[in-house]
Amino acid sequence: MIPASFDYEVADSAAHALALLATRGEDAKLLAGGHSLLPMMKVRLAQPAVLIDIARVSELSGIRIEGDEVVIGATTRHAELAGSELLKAEVPILAYAAAQVGDPQIRHRGTIGGSLAHADPSADLPMTLLALGGSVEITGPSGVRVVGADDFFVGPFESVIGPDELLSAVRVPRGSAVPWGYQKFVRRANDWAIVGAAAYGGRVALASMGGTPLRATATEEALKSGASIGEAAQLAAEGTSPGYDFHANVDYREHLARVLTKRALEGKTG
Amino acid sequence: MTEIKLTVNGVARSDEVEPRLLLIHYLRETLGLRAANVGCDTTSCGACTVLLDGESVKSCTVLAVQANDRSVTTTEGLVTADGTMSAVQEAFRENHGLQCGFCTPGMVMAATSMLAENPHPTEQEVREGLEGNFCRCTGYHNIVQSVLAAADKLSGPGSSANTDSAEVNA
Repeated sequence: MIPASFDYEVADSAAHALALLATRGEDAKLLAGGHSLLPMMKVRLAQPAVLIDIARVSELSGIRIEGDEVVIGATTRHAELAGSELLKAEVPILAYAAAQVGDPQIRHRGTIGGSLAHADPSADLPMTLLALGGSVEITGPSGVRVVGADDFFVGPFESVIGPDELLSAVRVPRGSAVPWGYQKFVRRANDWAIVGAAAYGGRVALASMGGTPLRATATEEALKSGASIGEAAQLAAEGTSPGYDFHANVDYREHLARVLTKRALEGKTG
Repeated sequence: MTEIKLTVNGVARSDEVEPRLLLIHYLRETLGLRAANVGCDTTSCGACTVLLDGESVKSCTVLAVQANDRSVTTTEGLVTADGTMSAVQEAFRENHGLQCGFCTPGMVMAATSMLAENPHPTEQEVREGLEGNFCRCTGYHNIVQSVLAAADKLSGPGSSANTDSAEVNA
């Protein structure tokens, strides 16, 4: 399969990318690793008139500490997250989650900004950002705005990023001592989660349980009220709206949400 | 059309390409390098795996223009000028690491990248490192043994940390 024709522009800075978006924004897509976008273009689910390649913009890449947060450039690749000693020490759940994305080849290309902007409700990094209570920096014509993970995802494959904006960085809290767990249930290697659960401190986020990654709010409230992990995890599916497909029906997904939330809260990975 | 300049198997190339041309088609159709195969064409099977700046990538999901200014290595490029195969290729031959052979170039390139990042993998790490490559003959056992043997060739016998093979096989 070959994508439909498009114009190709290489941005040499974030400002250059924004200038290109200003003139072509409605018809343009930003290209970093392309591992969400190119497969969609090949099957014509996306047919942008122009691709703006931001993969070579060095100011958009890298991992650094800033106060009590770790700031990650949007085009930082999954393999770099998974292998980062800084991230493993400061935000271990994110380094672990990045290592669960796809397979080694995909992790050599895919980027954290791309994965979040793609906003796939079944993907690893959106769920993890939500569990962490992190935020994203969105750069546009009038400057930078910071949007919390709870407000960033608005629907399946839809975020609050406007057509003239770009996701420039990701902010996550430093928390080397915060207990965490991560569960991803798949039938085959390199599949998306049939259901996923990420726990970070008292926050729990779920993948594939609705149109966006979702907080397990009833579980979180129960934990705050002193419920045991087992009791709280029983509430994990409350308020969710999972779909059904050939992998799982709604009942099964709700069951998985409860089981995986319990395991994640117990600090288990897998 | 967009001009790209890149190095393929050590040879500098310059070509005018359509931006939508996939790297796999550039390698196979434009350059005539047919080792990398088109399998699933959906970033799943790994038959099209090549090295981009030394790292394994699935060339069905990379545009040729994204390889501009970069270095690409295909399985053809692992063979030296006098025809000597790489340690990974030789290990696949010696350990019968292939059946029909369709997945083999992708397996070899994925393994080459894996061993560059982790020269002493355990058997479990080899299996996880080949997560992105499917063998539809299901000949994984000998493929894994081939990669472990290649690690020994490259780093010396016993260096593949292959101490967990007994329990994995049990």
